Amino acid sequence: MNRILMTASVLAMIASPAFAARDQIRIVGSSTVYPFTTAVAEAFGKATKMKTPVVESTGTGGGMKLFCAGLGDDKPDFENASRRIKKSEFDDCVKNGVTDIVEIKVGFDGLSIAQSNKGKPFALTKQQVFLALAKMVPDKDGKLIANPNKMWSDVDASLPASKIEVLGPPPTSGTRDSFAELAMGAGAETIPALKAMKEKDAKAFDAVWKTMREDGAYVEAGENDNLIVQKLEANPDAVGVFGYSFLEQNSKALNDIKIDGVGATYETIADGSYKMSRPLFIYAKKQHMEVIPGMKEFIAEYTSDKALGEDGYLAAKGLITLPKDQAAKSVEAAKSLAIISADGLK
Amino acid sequence: MIELSAKGSNGLLAKRYASEKRFRAYGAIALALTTIFLGFLLYDIISKGWPAFFESHSSLEMKIDPDKVAAGDIANGDFAAIIKQSVREQFPDIESRADKKTLASFISQAAGDELRNMVLANPELIGQTVKVDLLLSADADLYYKGLIETDDKLLLDKFSAKLPVTQSISWRFWTNGDSREPELAGLLGAIKGSLFTVGIAIFIGLPLGVFAAIYLEQFARRNRWTDLIEVNINNLAAVPSIIFGLLGLAMFLNFFGLPRSAPLVGGLVLALLVLPTIIIASRAALRAVPPSIKEAALGVGASKQQAVFHHVLPLALPGILTGTILALARAFGETAPLLMIGMVAFIADVPQSPTDAATVLPVQIYLWSDLPELAFKSKTAAAIIVLIGILMLANALAIYMRRKFERRW
Repeated sequence: MNRILMTASVLAMIASPAFAARDQIRIVGSSTVYPFTTAVAEAFGKATKMKTPVVESTGTGGGMKLFCAGLGDDKPDFENASRRIKKSEFDDCVKNGVTDIVEIKVGFDGLSIAQSNKGKPFALTKQQVFLALAKMVPDKDGKLIANPNKMWSDVDASLPASKIEVLGPPPTSGTRDSFAELAMGAGAETIPALKAMKEKDAKAFDAVWKTMREDGAYVEAGENDNLIVQKLEANPDAVGVFGYSFLEQNSKALNDIKIDGVGATYETIADGSYKMSRPLFIYAKKQHMEVIPGMKEFIAEYTSDKALGEDGYLAAKGLITLPKDQAAKSVEAAKSLAIISADGLK
Repeated sequence: MIELSAKGSNGLLAKRYASEKRFRAYGAIALALTTIFLGFLLYDIISKGWPAFFESHSSLEMKIDPDKVAAGDIANGDFAAIIKQSVREQFPDIESRADKKTLASFISQAAGDELRNMVLANPELIGQTVKVDLLLSADADLYYKGLIETDDKLLLDKFSAKLPVTQSISWRFWTNGDSREPELAGLLGAIKGSLFTVGIAIFIGLPLGVFAAIYLEQFARRNRWTDLIEVNINNLAAVPSIIFGLLGLAMFLNFFGLPRSAPLVGGLVLALLVLPTIIIASRAALRAVPPSIKEAALGVGASKQQAVFHHVLPLALPGILTGTILALARAFGETAPLLMIGMVAFIADVPQSPTDAATVLPVQIYLWSDLPELAFKSKTAAAIIVLIGILMLANALAIYMRRKFERRW
């Protein structure tokens, strides 16, 4: 009898553990924002003596699904996003009762294309980037053929007659995703034959710009942007793709390659005229703020000058900080905790 | 029919010898290649990871300025400023703002926190001059270990000329949780998370697996149903592990409402993952016990249950345990199923119980390998060394148990 009781109690223990209400902030979302939010989370944990928030790296889309799944202890409080929330995601949120969402823009993620300052400087358009790096490109009749371009001058007569050799991140990297989307995808759309294809068969079109050459023109140089920088210095003919903060730190050794006539600088990225950049956001559930302790303090820490300011610790971690007026807006949003509406969302 | 004339058989013999020689050569080549690959891998990981087990320190005498630290409110004293100020005073010739900032960046944030703890423990230090240990930041640490070149070379050399830099074993690596500052990031959180997770997996997987195996092997009648179950168990052993993660998400999180990121859920998922392997290994071990032993027990009047639990199970136990340990070694290295239940996350606090948020060793390796800071490369390799070490221990234990308890008939 005793044994049966013991077995039963052990089973009961396994089956129904008692949980106290959550006192730890939970954050999900983009792996691009992850390095910054984790830094804020750690600083928050140290400064407030509250539990350090748990930051999951799920990707923006996966995070939105979790974030919008509803309210409650088991749903996350914040979402890291490397793009704005979509209309469909917002609708999903509202449908599940998450009606009060606070949006805070925290900075930018810029991508730069650069070469050693020993090389011959030149500029590119996104179309030229696509024609140089895509595995399949359209020929004169618009039919897809394996990329025949060996030299930059094959892509466009105005470019130097040097071998195409681009060092960039591997497919596992988020930087690669943004590069594909912002440079390759945007470049492909400027070609009429491909634009027609996009309207007819979006999936096939996506495959065209997402697939990079594998014949040595595009070299997967590893996740480490520093390594790419070093290789560029050793090889003046090569071109590298990496996060803007690395260009900034190596401005002595590297020359920025202008894209569509605009160079990557702090100002052009911040004001949006440099197109290969995207804003980064965090989203907060206002309805959770009364229940989960520390959410307001966390937002305050994120938007504080020592974090988000020009000399803040996020800038030291590589975030492109917001220009003054936008930063002021973010601080304002963090104070007022104004909620967003569906207007203006795509 | 082969003709066995003297000449013919000689030719055949030479051929067979040659064939055997070739076969041996292939074997030796395969072995050599494997050894080279493994050796290269280990060399690469160990040479990269070894420096992460050490950290760089310097030290400096400084006055705990009562203006910056109020005796009544030590916790909020600006200890970082005291350290910054004292270090700057050592280098009066550094004047530009950028250089001053760079100089301050050589000292880890932790130095201020440690000084605070020191003064909290002994408030009389306020106003006195004390020798303070300065943990260096990861970038400075990498430079002094000779691992990177940097633009700040001149300043770093100046710094170490004035304040001697020493290297010591990094206990922080074993006693801290995760951190975004490479010099502070440690493995304790991940190791504890792994122990909780795998502990729960054993606690649930082992009894379930062994009883299922005993029932199937000793009690169940062989019919279409047991055949079906057997086929399914064998199939489950080969299912990709991410599927178990999806199952865990649907069942434990969404249906039972267990907390996300908790080792409890991770353990349950891993228990499901290792269950088929444990059942298969246990059945094989039970089958290897000669039936004569069970029959003898039945012959002297033992019940079937007594025969199994008193005689068959003890003899099969070494085999069962070996299989279990190997299954758990696999569970120890899993990341994919844990992704779905939220254990792939930045968790700075060291978990205290199986319901606290936690991560596990292989996930920590994955997360560190993804970070931009150079110092995390070396941390990643060091964490891999720890993981390989633990797996080797588990396998050594399995071999030891097999040797010690194995019986042959």
